[in-house]
Amino acid sequence: MSVSVEEKKGPAPGDRRHPEPLHEPLVFERSGEGKVGYSLPPLDVPETVAIPEVLCRPDLAGETEISEVEVARHFTRLSRLNFSIDQALYPLGSCTMKHNPRVNEEVARLPGFASAHPLAPEEVSQGALELAWRLEKILSELTGLARVTLQPAAGAQGELAGILMVRAALAKTGNPRTTVLIPDSAHGTNPASAHFAGYKVRELKSNARGTLDLHVLEEAMTEDVAALMLTVPNTLGIFENQILDIARIVHGKGGYLYCDGANFNSFVGIAKPGAMGIDVMHMNLHKTFSTPHGGGGPGAGPVAVAESLVPFLPRPTVERRTDGAFSLDHDRPESIGRLRTFLGNFGMFVRALAYISSYGNRIGDVARGAVLNANYIRAGLAGVYHLKYDAPTMHEVVFSDKKQTASGIHAMDIGKRLMDYGFHPPTISFPLIVYGALMIEPTETESKTGLDAFVAAMRKIARESEEDPEIVKTAPHTTPVRRVDEVGAARNLVLRWRP
Amino acid sequence: MKFLPTSDADRSEMLRAIGVSSVEDLFASIPAEVRQPADLPPPLSEIEVRRLLGSLAARNANARESAFFLGAGIYNHYVSAIADQMLYRAEWLTSYTPYQPEVSQGTLQSIFEFQTHVCLLTGLDVANASLYEGASALVEALLMASRLCRGRTRAVLSAGIHPEYRETVRTYFSALGFTSVEVPIGPDGRTDPKALARAVDADTFAVAIQSPNFFGVVEDWKVGSDAAHAKGARAVAVVAEAVSMALLAPPGEREADIACGEAQSLGVPMHFGGPVLGFLACRAEHERQIPGRLVGETRDADGRRAFCLTLSTREQHIRRERATSNICTNQGLMALASNIHCSLLGKKGLREVALQSHAKAEYLKREISKIPGWRIPFGAPTFNEFVAEGPEPASPLLSRLARRGILAGVPLSRWDPDAPNRFLVAATEMNTREEMDRLVAALKAGGTGDRQVPRQDRP
Repeated sequence: MSVSVEEKKGPAPGDRRHPEPLHEPLVFERSGEGKVGYSLPPLDVPETVAIPEVLCRPDLAGETEISEVEVARHFTRLSRLNFSIDQALYPLGSCTMKHNPRVNEEVARLPGFASAHPLAPEEVSQGALELAWRLEKILSELTGLARVTLQPAAGAQGELAGILMVRAALAKTGNPRTTVLIPDSAHGTNPASAHFAGYKVRELKSNARGTLDLHVLEEAMTEDVAALMLTVPNTLGIFENQILDIARIVHGKGGYLYCDGANFNSFVGIAKPGAMGIDVMHMNLHKTFSTPHGGGGPGAGPVAVAESLVPFLPRPTVERRTDGAFSLDHDRPESIGRLRTFLGNFGMFVRALAYISSYGNRIGDVARGAVLNANYIRAGLAGVYHLKYDAPTMHEVVFSDKKQTASGIHAMDIGKRLMDYGFHPPTISFPLIVYGALMIEPTETESKTGLDAFVAAMRKIARESEEDPEIVKTAPHTTPVRRVDEVGAARNLVLRWRP
Repeated sequence: MKFLPTSDADRSEMLRAIGVSSVEDLFASIPAEVRQPADLPPPLSEIEVRRLLGSLAARNANARESAFFLGAGIYNHYVSAIADQMLYRAEWLTSYTPYQPEVSQGTLQSIFEFQTHVCLLTGLDVANASLYEGASALVEALLMASRLCRGRTRAVLSAGIHPEYRETVRTYFSALGFTSVEVPIGPDGRTDPKALARAVDADTFAVAIQSPNFFGVVEDWKVGSDAAHAKGARAVAVVAEAVSMALLAPPGEREADIACGEAQSLGVPMHFGGPVLGFLACRAEHERQIPGRLVGETRDADGRRAFCLTLSTREQHIRRERATSNICTNQGLMALASNIHCSLLGKKGLREVALQSHAKAEYLKREISKIPGWRIPFGAPTFNEFVAEGPEPASPLLSRLARRGILAGVPLSRWDPDAPNRFLVAATEMNTREEMDRLVAALKAGGTGDRQVPRQDRP
């Protein structure tokens, strides 16, 4: 069987086989005694170690000895084993893999940003403080909310900050309450963040449309509920069209409406969360505002809040004084405190400000493009893949493998086969309420040509699933490695190289 | 708009395929009453973006254009040109979390190598793929210790731990019903071992000390380990200046259970405080309680060595509210930078950077202590940072020096109003003897006098 698959795979359109050997040794395995990869000036002060020997180590056994040339080769070769957005459509749903403008990278590396220190005197840090202040003002305008903290290091930390602010506001009235409501379609960070903010989680079942059921909410929304955490639009890409009723119900019981803004890219510049009755919302600068994903971070998760939550914002805030100078305000007695050191992932603020400035008052075109592209893919794959919820979708669409499972093909197989056609797989098996989910988010930075190629590949895989399921089940065939043994990895843990 | 590749003709065709007449029709599910456009200025061209951000950058003193002695958790160390240039490669910059190992082996192998560097530096068995930064890394380490000592509710922290780390711990603990108790440092700048031991009780899940501590003083990890283990708690070693690990005895060797902190010093620019690079390492027996992403070695279907994310059943996307942490993203690109940096410097370079930083700080400390009216209040050994105390309040002095191109240190008054004259001074391999002498001369003159520093590009 494997032989026939090998023969059939042929030079697939997405063949990315490399001319050099696919496997790169570990950098530690490339090490050779006596090699050097750095240069330092000679020490210009007396040599000394003024620390007792018992508190020192003799050497760094196991560390590398390697030249710069070999390091350059090693990391260049490793990089070629990665798929990236600059290569082709990267439709990882909910992650918003859009083009990363390079001017943003350039300006973030200016010495006045990259080599600036957060504890330098404020009078010689005015540019950095003004940048943070400007970004806050812009995010406040885009969300229609009173103020924004830029401090959280990522979306999940933003969620925690938001729920902690809710907790502080409720505690001030005498009762922080016990429960946070979260729909079953939510991202896993929502319940985890609510838990770390000290709340029990009650999961709300979505209705047949894929959205929150008002009756379910009304029944669950008691005076013991601190907040509803709602992803808008939700992880199915469906906008909660009853958002105003949802806000009314939550507020009616004295609760707060938290918005997971991971999907803000689908309505930024078109509608304002503040007008929807949302009290607190985190955004991901690495999703909506194009800061690079970097193989898994750094992110940045600013949180916008309504007036009622402003006193509880993390410390410090950036303020503009009456003389026009910018300064940090640490004296905020009702603040929830700090979530991390310094102001946050400042380098990401630089990139986000550059990005938003590039769009200016045309920022709504981001959302228009994202929604158009997702709906074009939806139209191209309708009938070929099963769509559990057929409500209108915005920036992403969630199909499932239901039509393919009869041939023994699962969502994971479809995703793996896409690699052979030169695409990254969609998000697989999420959201949890769609069994065998294929969550596709093309973003606004994909051309029609790219979308057509993706749709063609998906249609071809659907055909292969019927005519030649084996080639799909055993995919990928053209990647640097074949399917890897993830179960084995967890069973026999090898988490580091050993000398 | 150059970031949008859809032409008007494409758009018409796409709308026809979708079966709607305009893009606005696709937004029908958003209630009309909440639709509001953004009131922002018109779009800027690339030239204007450069001009805007350039003008903001120009108003920040920085290490390239100053004599630079700031530390307190963020340090100005050597970063090789190749380390940053490698980050520009699209395959590193524009990829995401390696959920799909077949097309992410580069990122996965780099994380595996980063985990190894952290293990070698900390002397522990297992390290995760990185965390946001030092303070939240300490929180994650403490929460991990609490899971290893179920039912206990207190953490004992040395007051030598970075004050912003301690503040972060209080934020996270407030909602979880945990308390943190702080043990003061003694007159020589070290955590008082007796006071530490006394503070630990049967309800304590962790004892954490930092070395070098916030005041630059070298602590003995074993003081924390002994105090913790005497009551069945876990010892947490906190490192805010990771370069020190190349010279000082590693936490694992001095019986710490978990090491955590900030690795910005190892290849990451200062970035006005972020993005930086949190890390966390532990003993093998506790690996299933470690928070954050982990990469493990495995085999592919053809039996070749491959890497993948592992133990994901600890994580939020599987376990939701029962996860070990709510963390999702790590600091991928910064961990890559650090892997490249540590690989380049390696066995000899990391140590030489540590030794040079220490020697320069010793020189500067001695020279400052000789200035009439100045003293070094803490007598215990320091690594590359120390507290200096002069005859006048530090903040105005430091501002005067900053205007003259000398970023001389971080005042301690924000955290200790009783010590207005004290500030932290850090030295690294980036400092020259000439600029240290200039700092000493300026301190002698009380921060006044002519500006002597030409603005120049420094390596």
